[in-house]
Amino acid sequence: MSKNLKVLTNGIIKENPTLVLLLGMCPTLATTTGVINGLGMGISAAVVLVMANIAISLVRKFIPSKIRIASFVVIIAGFVTMVDMLLKAYFPSISASLGIFIPLIVVNCIILARAESFASKNTWAASAMDGLGMGAGFTLALVLLASVREIAGNGSFAGIPLFGDNFSPALVFLLPPGGFIAFGVLLAVINFFRAKKEAKHD
Amino acid sequence: MEKLTVAAHPHIRARDNTQTLMFDVIIALLPPMIAGIYFFGYRVMVLLTIAILASVLSEWIWCKLQRVPNTVWDLSAVVSAIILVMNLPVTAPLWIPIVGSIFMIIIVKMCFGGLGQNFVNPAAAARIFLVVSFPAAMTKWVVPFTKLDIFASQAITSATPLAIAKYGGGELPSIMSMYLGFTGGCIGETSVVAILIGFIYLLWRKVIKWDTTIAYLATVAAFMLVVGNNPVFHLFAGGLMFGAVFMATDYTTSPITARGRVIFGVGLGLLTGIIRVFGGYPEGVCLSILVMNVLTPLIDKIKPRRFGTGRVSS
Repeated sequence: MSKNLKVLTNGIIKENPTLVLLLGMCPTLATTTGVINGLGMGISAAVVLVMANIAISLVRKFIPSKIRIASFVVIIAGFVTMVDMLLKAYFPSISASLGIFIPLIVVNCIILARAESFASKNTWAASAMDGLGMGAGFTLALVLLASVREIAGNGSFAGIPLFGDNFSPALVFLLPPGGFIAFGVLLAVINFFRAKKEAKHD
Repeated sequence: MEKLTVAAHPHIRARDNTQTLMFDVIIALLPPMIAGIYFFGYRVMVLLTIAILASVLSEWIWCKLQRVPNTVWDLSAVVSAIILVMNLPVTAPLWIPIVGSIFMIIIVKMCFGGLGQNFVNPAAAARIFLVVSFPAAMTKWVVPFTKLDIFASQAITSATPLAIAKYGGGELPSIMSMYLGFTGGCIGETSVVAILIGFIYLLWRKVIKWDTTIAYLATVAAFMLVVGNNPVFHLFAGGLMFGAVFMATDYTTSPITARGRVIFGVGLGLLTGIIRVFGGYPEGVCLSILVMNVLTPLIDKIKPRRFGTGRVSS
């Protein structure tokens, strides 16, 4: 079990898909204009990731290796469709604001990468833990970036205004260039602490 | 004591270093600064002081935190701060130069390695950052000689010549008043004659070459002739003259070769013309400068003829 626990934390910290592996940049930058959006996107992707990882690791022995990518995409697409419909039914406002980025989870490279590099080689339990860890890491990164952008660009957190009326937020952080700037600064800060920690270990 | 390092010859002792060059640019910026203070009042001096302090402090703190040699004394932060303020409306709230300076120095300049490493013009990037972030605060223009208090709370807005030309709502000023600077606009951009004095000084001191500026201005004039606008109006309106003289000629972000600088200037002119005539904003000088800054490494791939090769047939 401790091995599975290690797999879980691996995705959150050491190999965080967004902040360390730099995978899935497109949804990361596009959906982090607000904390709610970022959270919605992160959880949707995490659910698909866990389900797809379990399903793929269960059928990994039957899939011919030549058509494995196509098979993975079909399995992932099935779960994405379910999540898309669930969101539409129960969270119509999140579904509307995330728009095309929910169907695009099908081609999210984090999910495809975990299917290819982890789920197709490990047991279903380990794969589930890996999906959970990676999904949590992705969600955390999105919420972190979305908090920075929403606070700086809109003066609010999850829709709740934080400052008085005299505060004028820097709108650029809600726009694509501000997304890149905020993400770059966030990565720089995280790399700074990682480098510090690694220097301590040596 | 520092070790004496001897580089490969030839060894030429030159008067110029970064500091003297930057000092020359500051002198060249004096006429637009004085014109700005004359037309828009003491608030210009307040904004200048705040921006210079914020820029120099940002750079100094960054150097301290990064434990790298202090680069404040090369004066480049002061030059950037002055250029930024010249690009602000006089009504800008007092925190605008602070936010702009921090963004300009930390994000645009120091994060990429400091002076000579930034890939876009810091002042242009900071201006665009401010315009996109705080559109209301950055587009409040007043007519010259408006009396403003320190918070500019009672400002009566007027339109810039370019905004009148684009959206209507007022009478276009005469070419002569635009030449002298009796129009609304950013602090340093309205008085063409002051900018030209600075330009002549920079040329005389050989700080900049004329090719970028002239190529830029000529292209805008030609573009306006082709689309049927008054080229003289467009040369004198908005930030074109200021941008062409002080921002497009930045060493770091403009091409090295003479041919490259002409291509750079023509590109700037076309982009500015397109934005002014067809774009959503009335003015496009800073946006054009950013786009062409990014293209500069590509333009620098066009190499000049190597000495002793080509052209002369054997």
